[in-house]
Amino acid sequence: MSAIKAKHQRLVLLVIALAALIGAGLLAAWALSKQASYFYVPSDLVAHPPEQGRAVRLGGMVQRGSIKTMPDGVTITFVVGDGKATVPVRYAGITPDLFVEGSGVVAEGRMEGATFVADNLLAKHDEKYVPREMKDMTQAQAKAVVAETK
Amino acid sequence: MSGPPSSAPRKPGLALWLPLALFAAFLALVVWGLLRPDNREVASTFIGKPIPAFDLPPASADRPGLTRAQFVGGKPRLLNIFASWCGPCAVEAPQLAQLAAAGAEIDGVAIRDRKDDLARFLAANGNPFARIGQDDLSKVQIGIGSSGVPETFVVDARGVIRYQHIGAIMPDDVPMILGKLKEAGQ
Amino acid sequence: MIAELGLAILWMAAALAVLQLVAGALALRPQGAGMVGVVRPVAVAQGVLVALSFAALITLFVTTDLSVKLVAENSHSAKPLIFKIAGTWGNHEGSMLLWVTIMSLAGGFVALVERRLPEKTLIATLAAQAFVSLGFYAFLLLASNPFARLPQPAPEGAGLNPLLQDIGLAFHPPTLYVGYVGLSIAFSFAVGALITRDVGPAFARAMRPWVLGAWIFLTVGITAGSYWAYYTLGWGGWWFWDPVENASLMPWLAATALLHSVSVLAARNALRAWTVMLGVIAFSMSMVGTFLVRSGILTSVHAFAVDPARGSFILALLAIYIGGALLLFALRAGTVTEGARFAFVSREAALVFNNVMLCGILGIVLVGTLYPLLTEAFGVKVSVGPPYFNPVSAIFAFPMLVVMAVGPLLRWKDDRGGRVAPVLAVPALLAVAVAGAAFASGVNTLPALGLGLGAGLALASLLPLRGRNLRRTPLPVWGMVVSHLGLAVAAMGMASESAFSIEKLAALTPGETRQVGPYALTLDRIDPVAGPNWTALQATVSARYAGGDAVVLTPQARVFANPPGTRTESALKTRWNGQLYVVLGEEGDDGRWQMRFWWKPFVPLIWLGGLLVGLGGLLALVGRVARDVKRLVAIDKITFRRERQGR
Repeated sequence: MSAIKAKHQRLVLLVIALAALIGAGLLAAWALSKQASYFYVPSDLVAHPPEQGRAVRLGGMVQRGSIKTMPDGVTITFVVGDGKATVPVRYAGITPDLFVEGSGVVAEGRMEGATFVADNLLAKHDEKYVPREMKDMTQAQAKAVVAETK
Repeated sequence: MSGPPSSAPRKPGLALWLPLALFAAFLALVVWGLLRPDNREVASTFIGKPIPAFDLPPASADRPGLTRAQFVGGKPRLLNIFASWCGPCAVEAPQLAQLAAAGAEIDGVAIRDRKDDLARFLAANGNPFARIGQDDLSKVQIGIGSSGVPETFVVDARGVIRYQHIGAIMPDDVPMILGKLKEAGQ
Repeated sequence: MIAELGLAILWMAAALAVLQLVAGALALRPQGAGMVGVVRPVAVAQGVLVALSFAALITLFVTTDLSVKLVAENSHSAKPLIFKIAGTWGNHEGSMLLWVTIMSLAGGFVALVERRLPEKTLIATLAAQAFVSLGFYAFLLLASNPFARLPQPAPEGAGLNPLLQDIGLAFHPPTLYVGYVGLSIAFSFAVGALITRDVGPAFARAMRPWVLGAWIFLTVGITAGSYWAYYTLGWGGWWFWDPVENASLMPWLAATALLHSVSVLAARNALRAWTVMLGVIAFSMSMVGTFLVRSGILTSVHAFAVDPARGSFILALLAIYIGGALLLFALRAGTVTEGARFAFVSREAALVFNNVMLCGILGIVLVGTLYPLLTEAFGVKVSVGPPYFNPVSAIFAFPMLVVMAVGPLLRWKDDRGGRVAPVLAVPALLAVAVAGAAFASGVNTLPALGLGLGAGLALASLLPLRGRNLRRTPLPVWGMVVSHLGLAVAAMGMASESAFSIEKLAALTPGETRQVGPYALTLDRIDPVAGPNWTALQATVSARYAGGDAVVLTPQARVFANPPGTRTESALKTRWNGQLYVVLGEEGDDGRWQMRFWWKPFVPLIWLGGLLVGLGGLLALVGRVARDVKRLVAIDKITFRRERQGR
């Protein structure tokens, strides 16, 4: 194969680089629309359920009295609510220190049937850290727990 | 830039501006991100609102319980939401003592606590509280927009929430809280 | 006293940076010859002064001078000496001083030793370096003074974050910093070359050791950071695509691309504008990464002190430096004369291909990292994780692994594919066989391809050594072979981790046994234990590999007192063929303890591969520098002889 003509080389390189860049951009956009994990509160999740098996996150309040440990000792089930709707959640694993009933939680996982199966739980209140998604939920949480404690 | 380029830019000319354009888009995005309202703390929607009506029984043998009426009239007060089972609450105890020593009047709400646990907690960490109400259903906590423990509210003499501090009060926060109290008294 | 001295020295250094910039700018004018002699000594002096200032800060931390605000907030008199020293940079102000120190020391070093570049380009480079440093001086002196005193000395320090009391973490950030800031030299070289329009092999050779050095530190820093996250977070994963991790990966990707395009420029005088742009991009990615981490604009699983006000300051610096450099690039790059040509099948072409793939991955990571911020602008909250990053980056990474196997065997300028095909047949067959076998035994597509390509590349990466006298093979060639082999090894480790890991979650009463892969694990007992500033529950677990002798593992759940916090100490047992990973959870209501176990075959290959990549870089750097030193000595001898003859 012979060397490319002088004036074409730069152009060819440029076209390849641009094509790769645009390709990467389109690929990223397509993959993000497929794979980005959306954030749901229970009422959204009930009203517009995501596809089964798609990775999403669920944020809400852990309902009081809802945490139950399965006989295997490591799987727990609990109910997350936002005052309007509730979603049952199952999680197998070691729970974070600040995971308690009546506190906020963000669960990463997917819907399987009517149950949300969590891979990971984020619950943090120390060091002023609150999962960012929780910030709009203060009032919803309030209603949820007030409704539930009546 | 010193003078125009000696030879006119060839075809790649426009493409050379692409990195700069992409960077400008990035800048626009992050400037928006920085200017957007503070995203790390729960912005209290309850500031400027009166605290709700409540009447809590005493949580401790040597302190009275807590009602809304006690906040109206008198001086601005601090309302501290805490619990004996909460680690950071023990951490902020010295700062609460410091605040009390500086003249702040502090009322406590013990969340889902047991009397003997609480007595032990107060014996170990000091008791800066004038009154402590027992809130077994988190009713007051929810009613004033607190999402966890510890939290501290500055409540003015009309019973209106003026400031919400989320998380433990650290030594650095003490002057700021005293300032907020003073502000609430004006 | 030391604090005031340190601050005064820092101000003097900043003044010298101003002088360096002004003198450099004047020297570049046609009538500025008088200023030429000023720039180099000023750059050296500036480097020395900043180093002294940093030494002053270290002294304050070592002596725990509690009248200094930074020391009182971040140190404690009862802390071990090593953590007192590490505390110097374990906070915002100290880390920024470290940043400026590295930057100015590197600039001073360039001024001291660089002889190949045309004087004008070097002066433009040093002026650019001074300009960049000045922004960070301003940041330090105006917005984050590390030497500020307290009105009254504190009775005791507020302690170092327990998460930072870890030898790995103490030295991990500075390692990455050296990498980030080392790239600032490449940035300044690129800007200097754009100013004088002087881009060529001399420029590439002058820049290469700096890129190599920075790249080695980045490689080692990322590898160490990955291992640190693996064993401290207790989640069993080694890479989370978290913003903090991506912030270190992006400069590495850009620096890797830069390293290879610099080689093309040095050897063949091609890819001129492209190399200059990568020089700008690599350091830009370092600054963007630092900004994303420090401003708190993206939430991260890694705890990090964030401050939006400081974020705005860094953002302003970004806008000036990156924006300015890219503007200069847009105006000037079209006038940088064209480089040498090459054919579609040639080593240059392979390097260009992989450059484009690396930039593709860089774009994918950058877009994925920023996407949550972008959607939030439209009111939708998302997070982006492995389901996006893994397959999409693999689309670029796998072709790159293939071309990595071929490229080093191709000749420069022009080659025939038929010439190298027979040599590559064996690795290609190996790759197909391994991937096929893995696929047949039920491994998913991505890990199966990763195993196959990793195995093929591991073999192919050794091929450049065939037919060579191994003793006389130049160190840079060894470096390339070792680095490529390292990447292949790491790829196999990643694929194996993803394909063969076994995870077991169990609630055990003491005395109970569970089988996890080849291991039989018995929970013997749970004891409370205490350390200097923590208490913990410790599980004693006996692990028997395939019925052999018991090894004892002791995972802990630690609680720190000052400042308060909790941390999981996982327990690891490494064998040649994998690693056992044990985490202790909570006690259940029925007296059983939650335990999490992983058996991860060949997972240490990931970090071993990362270290090999870094080692390869080190070999190449030593080879290059040795050659440069020889050349310098020879030049000095000639000048000396000429001078003597002239007399």
